[in-house]
Amino acid sequence: MIRLNQLTKTYGNKHKQTTALQNLDLTITQGEIFGIIGHSGAGKSTLLRSINLLERPTSGEVWFGDTNITALSEKELQHVRRKMGMIFQHFNLLSSATVYDNIAFPLRLVRTPKEEIEQKVSNLLKLVGLEEHRNKYPAQLSGGQKQRVGIARALANDPQVLLCDEATSALDPQTTNSILRLLLDINKQLGITIVLITHEMHVIQTICDRVAVIHDGNIVEQGPVTEVFLKPEHRVTREFIREENENAELLDAIIESLPTNDHAQVVKINFLGTSTYEPILSVIVQTTGVSFAILQGTIATMKDTPYGQLIVRFEGSQEALERTYRMIESQVHELEVIR
Amino acid sequence: MLSAAVDFSNVDWNEMGIATWDTVRMLFFSTLFTMIIGLPLGILLFMTSRSDSNGSRALYSVLSLIVNILRSVPFVILMISIIPFTKIVVGTSIGVIGSIPPLVIAAAPFFARLVETSLREVDRGVIEAATAMGASKGQIVGKVLLPESMPGLLAGITITTVTLVSYTAMSGLIGGGGLGDLAIRYGYQRYEPSVMIVSVIVLVVLVQLLQMLGDRLVLKFSKK
Ligand SMILES: Nc1ncnc2c1ncn2[C@@H]1O[C@H](COP(=O)(O)OP(=O)(O)O)[C@@H](O)[C@H]1O
Ligand SMILES: [Mg+2]
Repeated sequence: MIRLNQLTKTYGNKHKQTTALQNLDLTITQGEIFGIIGHSGAGKSTLLRSINLLERPTSGEVWFGDTNITALSEKELQHVRRKMGMIFQHFNLLSSATVYDNIAFPLRLVRTPKEEIEQKVSNLLKLVGLEEHRNKYPAQLSGGQKQRVGIARALANDPQVLLCDEATSALDPQTTNSILRLLLDINKQLGITIVLITHEMHVIQTICDRVAVIHDGNIVEQGPVTEVFLKPEHRVTREFIREENENAELLDAIIESLPTNDHAQVVKINFLGTSTYEPILSVIVQTTGVSFAILQGTIATMKDTPYGQLIVRFEGSQEALERTYRMIESQVHELEVIR
Repeated sequence: MLSAAVDFSNVDWNEMGIATWDTVRMLFFSTLFTMIIGLPLGILLFMTSRSDSNGSRALYSVLSLIVNILRSVPFVILMISIIPFTKIVVGTSIGVIGSIPPLVIAAAPFFARLVETSLREVDRGVIEAATAMGASKGQIVGKVLLPESMPGLLAGITITTVTLVSYTAMSGLIGGGGLGDLAIRYGYQRYEPSVMIVSVIVLVVLVQLLQMLGDRLVLKFSKK
């Protein structure tokens, strides 16, 4: 649905140049929630803003459906932009207009009849839960409410895709979650494709189907969130996952301090899907006769997929250990001997 | 000391009334034409300054230079030096009508800069959001820039009008009519300070009223 083809963007003049994106390729599929994660300065905003050409690439193409929008005239581009909603970290609402008028803004740009505006805006206010705030000005709203107005405004033209530029980065964790839930609803109920950029793994994990990791203007890793999350390959991806896990360092210290040999090993086990909730481990050790201690265990969901991770120390004969690992591997997603 | 020397009985209140009315008319028309010329000029300055086309940037440099020149010439000199031009445009260089072209030429560049500055204050993100929603340049000006900068624009209009009050007084020097003319003719040439004092008081009251009205409008349009 959206395809970026060898996209390069260079800022600056002859004397000083910054390359924000370099020969970047990316394909986003209809109906998915696609997350792009990267550190500050990695090129996330430039990438997102290239999709609706707020930022013109230095070279490369942007395809929307089967249109190469980099080749369109300004007027044709305005038309295409109406099919893409956009929300922003700092909301970017008109401070001089009420909630109602902000949401009506894109409709008035295309001279929608008054009654139709009234009906559409009322529905959108209901969707984002701001019916009783319709006559307030943005300055009178909280951050979360402002973002809801931003979302309603972005949906007014019935877009096919919603572009989110760090939409929750200015919000507290609780408000972040309520906005993420709203985005998920919009994706499910209205079938709108969502592209979001963030520097928080939590956001990706909560709502995204697929993720791309951007570093120094390039996509260094991408795939379904569950895969990337459980088998991160690039250093930057690992860093993001580690940041999510606050106890990672403490656990490392504990593992370091444990004596290990052929008969005692520390193992990381990842569970995915329904196996997460089953007592696989205790059943297996009963048959293989090894003993175990759980050093750490987490259980969470990635969007709708439950997943768990256990750090376990097994003790037993080498033979019994290997038999245990094989049995575990045949039933769960992944097993890795750490020490 | 002054009050002892001043005798208000020789003030011709009828003439004072006419002069006040002339000043108000000069002010009204010069402000009106200053807005008509200065607002688009200010918008053009703003739009060309942030454009990334070379042609626009060149246009900005030229406009900016003209505005700077007009703003750096003292009003009295400007007023006298454009007398031939004034005669061509309105047929006379004296009276209420003759004073309007120099007032507008002096105030419009000043107001244009105030407009440009106000528009710069508008959050770039909001302009960007409108662009992302498919707004054209004209829609961005009309539906984003002007409403969002309304308090700043109103403050700019107030400042310009108050500046025009003192300019109208100066145009009295070349027989522009109004309170300034009256004050100079009586106060300076015939040495009758009473007329000068009353004229100045009327001007002060006028400025006060304009400022109060302006402040009130700015407050009404501020939603931040
Ligand atoms: N308008 C600009 N002018 C010059 N450099 C820019 C501009 N916008 C972004 N950059 C540079 O491009 C790189 C990527 O920026 P950005 O896309 O904003 O990253 P992110 O959103 O991931 O923080 C950074 O090095 C940044 O300094
Ligand atoms: Mg950014």
